[in-house]
Amino acid sequence: MSTPLLSLRGLTKRYPGVLACDAIDLDVAPGEIHAVLGENGAGKSTLMKLVYGATRPDAGTIRWRGEVVDMTSPARARALGIGMVFQHFSLFESLSVVQNIALAAGGRLDELSERIEATGARFGLPIDPAAPVHALTVGQRQRVEIVRCLLQSPGLLIMDEPTSVLPPQGVQQLFTTLRALAEAGCAILYISHKLAEIVSLCHSATVLRDGRVVGHADPRRENPATLARAMIGREAPPAARGGEPVSSVRRLSVNGLSHLPDDPFGTALRDVSLHVNGGEILGIAGISGNGQNELVRLLSGETRGAGEGRVELEGRPLDALGPAERRTLGLNVVPEERLGRGAVPPMSLADNALLTAHDRGLTRFGLIRRARCAAFARDCIDTHDVRCSGASAVAASLSGGNLQKFIVGREIALRPRVFVLSQPTWGVDVGAAANIRRALVTLRDAGAALLVVSEELDELLEIADRLQVMHAGRLSASLAAEGVSLDTIGAWMTGGFATGEVPDMTEQPARDHPRARPRPHA
Amino acid sequence: MTIPVPAPVLMRRRPGYRLVARIAPSRAAALLVPCAAIVLTLLGGAVLFALLGQAPLAAFHAFFVEPLTTRYGIGEVLLKTGPLLLIAQGLAIGFRAQVWNIGAEGQLLLGAIAAGAVALLLADVEAFWLLPLMMLAGTVAGAAWAGIAAWLRVRFQASEIIVTFMLSSVALQLLYYLVSGPLRDPMGMSFPQSALLHDAALFAPLLEGTRVNTSLLLAFGATAIAWLFMQKSLSGYRLQVGGLAPAAARYAGFAERRAVWIGLLAGGAAAGLAGVGEVAGPLGLLQRSISPGYGFAAIIVAFLGGLNPLGIVPAAFVMALIYVGGDMAMVSAGLSNAMTTLLQGLLLVSYLACSLFSGHRLVRTA
Repeated sequence: MSTPLLSLRGLTKRYPGVLACDAIDLDVAPGEIHAVLGENGAGKSTLMKLVYGATRPDAGTIRWRGEVVDMTSPARARALGIGMVFQHFSLFESLSVVQNIALAAGGRLDELSERIEATGARFGLPIDPAAPVHALTVGQRQRVEIVRCLLQSPGLLIMDEPTSVLPPQGVQQLFTTLRALAEAGCAILYISHKLAEIVSLCHSATVLRDGRVVGHADPRRENPATLARAMIGREAPPAARGGEPVSSVRRLSVNGLSHLPDDPFGTALRDVSLHVNGGEILGIAGISGNGQNELVRLLSGETRGAGEGRVELEGRPLDALGPAERRTLGLNVVPEERLGRGAVPPMSLADNALLTAHDRGLTRFGLIRRARCAAFARDCIDTHDVRCSGASAVAASLSGGNLQKFIVGREIALRPRVFVLSQPTWGVDVGAAANIRRALVTLRDAGAALLVVSEELDELLEIADRLQVMHAGRLSASLAAEGVSLDTIGAWMTGGFATGEVPDMTEQPARDHPRARPRPHA
Repeated sequence: MTIPVPAPVLMRRRPGYRLVARIAPSRAAALLVPCAAIVLTLLGGAVLFALLGQAPLAAFHAFFVEPLTTRYGIGEVLLKTGPLLLIAQGLAIGFRAQVWNIGAEGQLLLGAIAAGAVALLLADVEAFWLLPLMMLAGTVAGAAWAGIAAWLRVRFQASEIIVTFMLSSVALQLLYYLVSGPLRDPMGMSFPQSALLHDAALFAPLLEGTRVNTSLLLAFGATAIAWLFMQKSLSGYRLQVGGLAPAAARYAGFAERRAVWIGLLAGGAAAGLAGVGEVAGPLGLLQRSISPGYGFAAIIVAFLGGLNPLGIVPAAFVMALIYVGGDMAMVSAGLSNAMTTLLQGLLLVSYLACSLFSGHRLVRTA
């Protein structure tokens, strides 16, 4: 076998309290698309940071084209020919594409523009070098990032969860590009937990668990289920799906909601209408940043006013009520940001129970009953298998997934009649995500109305009864989730529904006849 | 005066050492930080004494030890502990909610003016209710002065830092006007001061042989109330959530306006009451100089006490010792009267430097 392009031996990185990478060996050949697969916290990101020079290993060696190298900084890695496309882009919105790239690559702008166009044409990444970045879609911004790496003719490209920001068609387009790159001899380290993607794209896979390499696989000979088993070390938990919707009581309805955000970078909502019945889950699909946060905050009551339309809970208008009042009426929300919004980072879990549960017997005469807060928190911890040192653990000390389990558990304990969740399993490992989804379906079966906003289409397809797609502040018509066409959803995610070509497939105009007839379940 | 904002500090990576944010502030650090700040201040003080040509040990003794060796000295320290403690408790409530009232000095003056005016208007009243009425008037006046800033902030998003600070200057000019005009003692040979307050308008002495009076008990009462409010009550919890994680407070539905109002009114009321303690205590009249900067020093006290009602008690005592030590050392060791201000500044800077380590750790990098 020829010399591998990149060869890691015994790479170890220890952070206080965790061994993030434990003696990791890994080889990548030129032109190979190599998946690094693992749950959250398995050590993928740390490993990539070590390779890219963003952090230094405690032990072990990195060989690049056969030579031992000391990755002292990302600049060093780039000089050697290693590029990385991060999950979160680093582009200046106010500059044009070519100006952004010039910041990293240097050179005359007109020459650079030509190189950008040439590289873009070669690898199927068309971008207009003169376009201002703020006007680009997320997919286009990702192309800018990739082109920026490619201009330095890297031998290895590291991609960190690149598809989390893309609609389904965008994913296929990206894969075409990556395959072309591999053909041209560039190796790709592809980090993901989306197993189907790895099966369709990658040539080889290294599976990490708890900072250690637990296996190698040839994804072309595996399927998502076998990879999942390798990744989590046991059978993947079964999909959670409820039966037929159990009630047709309309719990939440939103009619013609429009809103102009205070935040200049926020998304204006335009004529958003939806409803959720008891015993059903409505999924809101779409790429983040298309107004989902604004919608969730208008539903929770964190944002009010400056718009038109009505939000009603069981027929009662909510527009004048704040979050606490809405919560008293049975509307509970799990926000997308856990640390800092769903929980107060430096406070204990017991104190964080007070945040939304303070009117459930946790206070008396305005004074806090600490023992009850702790008991409430312990209940959430036990019921939802939150891994922490106990009710006195500080929220910031929990992993993202465990904190999310706690927040979801806290809100479920308040017995919501309408439950709104934003990205409920974002960053949560496969096992825990399955548990959260099961808890949501249980709640649905008990008659609650759930509205789940998620970027993970697979998740919505698993648990939702109906789907609506959000794009540029507009909400599509509703579709039955079962048997839905991915092409339709994908088209809608990029605004395909705005043309009005797609008919409303599940509802008669509901605004005129709120409870005229039971909803047909297509 | 700068406001220390305990925000995460981004440090550039350098070879050798770097700062790493702690997940949660360490409990040991909460105690160690103020102690280290005090030790650093004392060491810095000794260096300053030496630079001023004094024998450091003797000056140190005159400044920090002598006041505590006599009954009178201890009395003076306690006398100054009272207003510092009272104001710092009120300010700390606002600071925990990230409401930055730095105009306690002006709120103190308003409290003093209101109480003095009540006493002067009712100069022939000997009843027991006169002093409580003065306390009420002073508290309300201080709170109202801070309330202007609260209203402007809630209504127009005006920065309470600037408004409270500027209102301090306005309050001082108001005092100057009143003691040279409407409230001036007609028998006072045109001196810019009011008539002496009569006995019914004064706090009773508390400790024999000192100037300490019963207003010190108000400060300890305020400490108990602040402790109950901040550590035990839901309202205090709401305020703290607003300070620690504003987005979480919005998510929970804790109104920000309420936090602004409570934060500013608590500080203003406490400062106003402290002003009553000065007029109806050691001063016994209204004059151009009411407070030696208690309202500003209390900001340092609040932070030195970790914004914790119990921690503020020893912090107030230390600050009072610096005040009294400065006065005494000026006489006994011939030190400049700027020493008090210098040491206060040194204490603040040391505290800010040390407090970096309650949120961060120093890590040696390879």
